[in-house]
Amino acid sequence: MTQLVLEQALNGLQFGLMLFLLAAGLTLVFGIMDCINLAHGSLYMVGAYFVAAAAQAADSFWIGLGAGVAGAAVLGLLLELTLFRQLYKRDHLSQVLATFALILIANEAVRMLWGAQPVMLNPPDALAGPVEIAGFFYPAYRLVIIAFGLAVAGLLYLLVAKSRVGMWVRAGASNREMTEALGINVRNLFTAVFVFGAALCALAGGLLGPLLAVQVGMGESVLILAFVVIIIGGIGSIRGALVGSLIVGTVDTLGRALLPTLLRAALPADAAATLGPTLASILIYLLMAGILFFKPQGLFPARA
Amino acid sequence: MAFYRPATYQKPLAIALLIALFALPTALTAGGQEFYIGFASRVLIFALAATSLNLVLGFGGMFSLGHAAFFGAGAYAAAICMSNGITDALLALPLAMAAAGLLALSIGALSLRTRGVYFIMITLAFAQMAYYLFISARSWGGDDGLPLAGRMTLGGLSLGSDSALYYAALACLALVIAFLGRLAEARFGRVIQAIRENETRMEALGYPVFRYRLICFALGGALAGLAGALLANLTGLASPNLLQWMQSGTLLVMVIIGGVGYLYGGVVGAVVLLSLEEGLSGLTVHWHIGLGVLLLGIVLFAPRGVAALFGKRHG
Repeated sequence: MTQLVLEQALNGLQFGLMLFLLAAGLTLVFGIMDCINLAHGSLYMVGAYFVAAAAQAADSFWIGLGAGVAGAAVLGLLLELTLFRQLYKRDHLSQVLATFALILIANEAVRMLWGAQPVMLNPPDALAGPVEIAGFFYPAYRLVIIAFGLAVAGLLYLLVAKSRVGMWVRAGASNREMTEALGINVRNLFTAVFVFGAALCALAGGLLGPLLAVQVGMGESVLILAFVVIIIGGIGSIRGALVGSLIVGTVDTLGRALLPTLLRAALPADAAATLGPTLASILIYLLMAGILFFKPQGLFPARA
Repeated sequence: MAFYRPATYQKPLAIALLIALFALPTALTAGGQEFYIGFASRVLIFALAATSLNLVLGFGGMFSLGHAAFFGAGAYAAAICMSNGITDALLALPLAMAAAGLLALSIGALSLRTRGVYFIMITLAFAQMAYYLFISARSWGGDDGLPLAGRMTLGGLSLGSDSALYYAALACLALVIAFLGRLAEARFGRVIQAIRENETRMEALGYPVFRYRLICFALGGALAGLAGALLANLTGLASPNLLQWMQSGTLLVMVIIGGVGYLYGGVVGAVVLLSLEEGLSGLTVHWHIGLGVLLLGIVLFAPRGVAALFGKRHG
């Protein structure tokens, strides 16, 4: 049982860190430009396809990852310059409609290019097996994802919390007008944030690709999870996104793995069999409702 | 933006439209195009669902991205009624409305504590919760959905034929439109529109803003539930896909295409979107790209919706 808990906790950490890569870019887009980007999940999907295609062409996972992330960054730049710049001034309705249209276009374009079947993306051969840690075996590739996630999260945190650009970003998120009045070009700053966010999406998509299927529509479900993370953490807050990601990743993974077992011990068998999976799948939403009840602005509100 | 006030010249127009719609099944049958009766019913039902979202969004100013939850809840309520032997529409439809309305009341009570982007994302997240709830509830069919045992009856009359169900959907839509037109002019409607325009002022005037909003939200949910119950009868299935967030997005697209805050906005949007779907999907399997590009074009070049091209908005 302890082994199961430990293993699932590691899975939760890994999932949480990947969620953070998605939520970080998304929360800044919300926080600074007050722009709803439903297509953020599509960047994740397209990034995963880019990585898979590049990895297949180069016959190397790592080259594929690098090329895919670069490709997604370029796509993000093009999208920001052509479309999103027009959207910031618009109301939320237009933003939702336009980014919803982007989802339709992205899903259908991917289906045209790569077909409706999931695309295979294999982890590097050296990482395909398990390694032994503290008396149990754990997949090496998942450990690498955790290491990657921790490294990127740490880097991002330093960048946002300690660097000058990070200071501007934080200032832009908490008061955009004042930041502009201080002479900072929020527009260019934002282009950089958007491109960076797109690259992080592709990184998450590429790293998760070997674990999940790279397929059409993979961005939609993960987008909702990123929303939940941001709601829990507080819009525009990187720290909130990190804490929220870890909470959501851990609670979701542990809930799915342990809740049915725990309920079976406490309830009659047929009630547990019905309630277990249901409760596990809505656990994070119940958590979100609970947090919202006490803190409607999330745990770390960026706009005081 | 003000909710559309039906001008006097619109009344004859609405009656003419109603007569035309009433004659449609007979005309289609005479022309040998019975297949399109089902399609027309679908359009009417989605028009009703989009109109209920327009009440929340255009009338109440609440940007909900989780409206599909109530649509789907109504469908499931109808299916559950049928499997428990409640087949009379006069009982089953109000029950479906009550179930969806109660769900909206509880989601609204939590969501309406927040504003702006938060509200949009929270309604979306709660709707997803309802989606996962239905998908993992095995006794309600889980992934496969809950099939209906048959169609509703209406006080002894069977709604088994497609035209009968068409007329039921038409009656529901016409009643709801007439009701909402009245509501816009009534005290409740005036207050809710004033709250949309200036919430702080209405709060200062002593109006219970939260309560008005919540009632409007729950009413929208109940009407969406009515549409969902009708759709379940049309397709013979309450599917979890009805609650999926892309469905909320589709309803929203209908409202925006048709015109946010126009009485007939949802109707226009449903007609345009479903006709596009019907027409384009015959041409290519990749019609979603065309639809996406079209939507982008509407956002960038006609942001006030198609209905704005037909009439002025008062207010």
